[in-house]
Amino acid sequence: MGKRVLLIEDEPNIIEAISFILSRDGFTVHTHEDGETAMEKVRATPPDMIILDVMLPGRSGFDILRDLRADPITAGLPVLMLTARGQTKDRDLAERLGADHFMTKPFSNSEVRDHVRAVLEA
Amino acid sequence: MSVASEAKTGSRIRERRIDLGLRQADLAQSVGISASYLNLIEHNRRRIAGRLLGDIARSLDVEAALLMDGADREVLEQMQAAAVHAKSKAEIDRAEDLASRFPGWAELICEQTRRITNLEAKVQELSDRMSHDPALAASLHSVISSVTSIRSTASILTSDEKLDADWQNRFHKNIHDDAVRLAGNSESLIGYLEAPQETLIGNLPAQLVEEWVEGNYELIRGMETSSRAVDDVVGEAELDGAASLLLTQYLDEAMSDAAVMPMSEFAREAKKRDYHPGELAEVFETNLSAVFRRLSVLGPESGHPPMGLTVCDASGAILYQKIAPEFGLSRAGNACPQWPIFEALGQPGRPVEREVVLPTAPKTRFMCYALAEQTISVLNEPPIIKATMLAIPNPSEGAKPPLTVGPTCRICAATDCAARRELSVLTSA
Repeated sequence: MGKRVLLIEDEPNIIEAISFILSRDGFTVHTHEDGETAMEKVRATPPDMIILDVMLPGRSGFDILRDLRADPITAGLPVLMLTARGQTKDRDLAERLGADHFMTKPFSNSEVRDHVRAVLEA
Repeated sequence: MSVASEAKTGSRIRERRIDLGLRQADLAQSVGISASYLNLIEHNRRRIAGRLLGDIARSLDVEAALLMDGADREVLEQMQAAAVHAKSKAEIDRAEDLASRFPGWAELICEQTRRITNLEAKVQELSDRMSHDPALAASLHSVISSVTSIRSTASILTSDEKLDADWQNRFHKNIHDDAVRLAGNSESLIGYLEAPQETLIGNLPAQLVEEWVEGNYELIRGMETSSRAVDDVVGEAELDGAASLLLTQYLDEAMSDAAVMPMSEFAREAKKRDYHPGELAEVFETNLSAVFRRLSVLGPESGHPPMGLTVCDASGAILYQKIAPEFGLSRAGNACPQWPIFEALGQPGRPVEREVVLPTAPKTRFMCYALAEQTISVLNEPPIIKATMLAIPNPSEGAKPPLTVGPTCRICAATDCAARRELSVLTSA
């Protein structure tokens, strides 16, 4: 089984596209659409990396990132943040909270794939 | 500079000279002009230029601005503000010269500065709207999500790697669904952005109400003694949604105030009690804020002093303002924090009575009365506070020196101000 990527995103068609390209590359992709219960999902099926959208129903990606970094078990997990808002303040906040990388929508498939490969195949 | 203001300037020079017991010839000699030329100036038959005006003012031991009228000072302040705003290297200390010699150009500078300020405020408003409008943010988010999905899916479909038919059909359907969603979102977004311009970037609704009130005092006074309904008057005012609602609130409050303090009786009592709000609140058994509002609508044409009124919320945002000569707080969030209305905000329920003075000539003094009150109270919710301040010009001298209040720090001439936020260009000019 390939390295596990957890994609936390609420747009079904984006989920399908990213899942497809990463699965095709040999990664095992789990998905979750709700911000409120995202931490439960992380604890139930610990991934090797998380792709995390900022605007999620229930709780924002920033809140989830803060929780991830505060928990010793998940504090070191690589996190790639996705957002529809490319404002500097969002990028700064993501970096301050400990995101490893930040990508602004609309991104290209190769950007996502290259980053995941760089993190998990290093 | 208007002809009328020049006329006043010459007369003021003459009055001041006579007050000091100076002979015309002596004053003329001290500023290096002939007595006959000074005579022409004093009788308003010659234009008085900036530098000469400054020399005469120094000889008469008075500030030059004091010899000019309010309109001149206003032009000077606006020119100084224009130079600050543009971070220009303009000779601020020679603004008076320019305004005196080329009044038309000075007016043009002021007019263009006002225009730039208004446009910048509108751009800021639009920018704020882009950042904070939840409907717009949700709409843009949806558009970007659709575009992301289409880009990602199309990229898979056009890649060199072969897809099986099931996946191909699925991705085609996804693109179709996203394209439909994108079309719908784009249409609603365009509709939103093409809304009538005034609803997007027009004047603040409160300012529209203030303008309407300013031009309709007679009508409002007439409503107090007639049976005209507030709704009818608001309908005829033809203001848009938010302004219309604010006007209704304003008129409802004004009619309530009028019911408790009928105009003829109130005007008589106000004059008799030297416009003291505390005494009037006792006479009419009503609250101070209502008295402030009622006093502010007494007409100067009936011999009452021209009073100003400001109402703000707990953040200091101005909800309503009645401008009076030399009185008015900045709406741009950079008002002088020394105004008593802000002191009142810090102690809701406790009235503040404070004499203030403006830092520049003619150093107008106001007696300010302010009170902050809790307007809505809900259990376990933060209180909603509203503060009201009345400003009465030229009170009799108080025992304590008045508190200096200014326009905004950048163009305020006050020195040693503990509340100063930034340096003023005027003190260094």
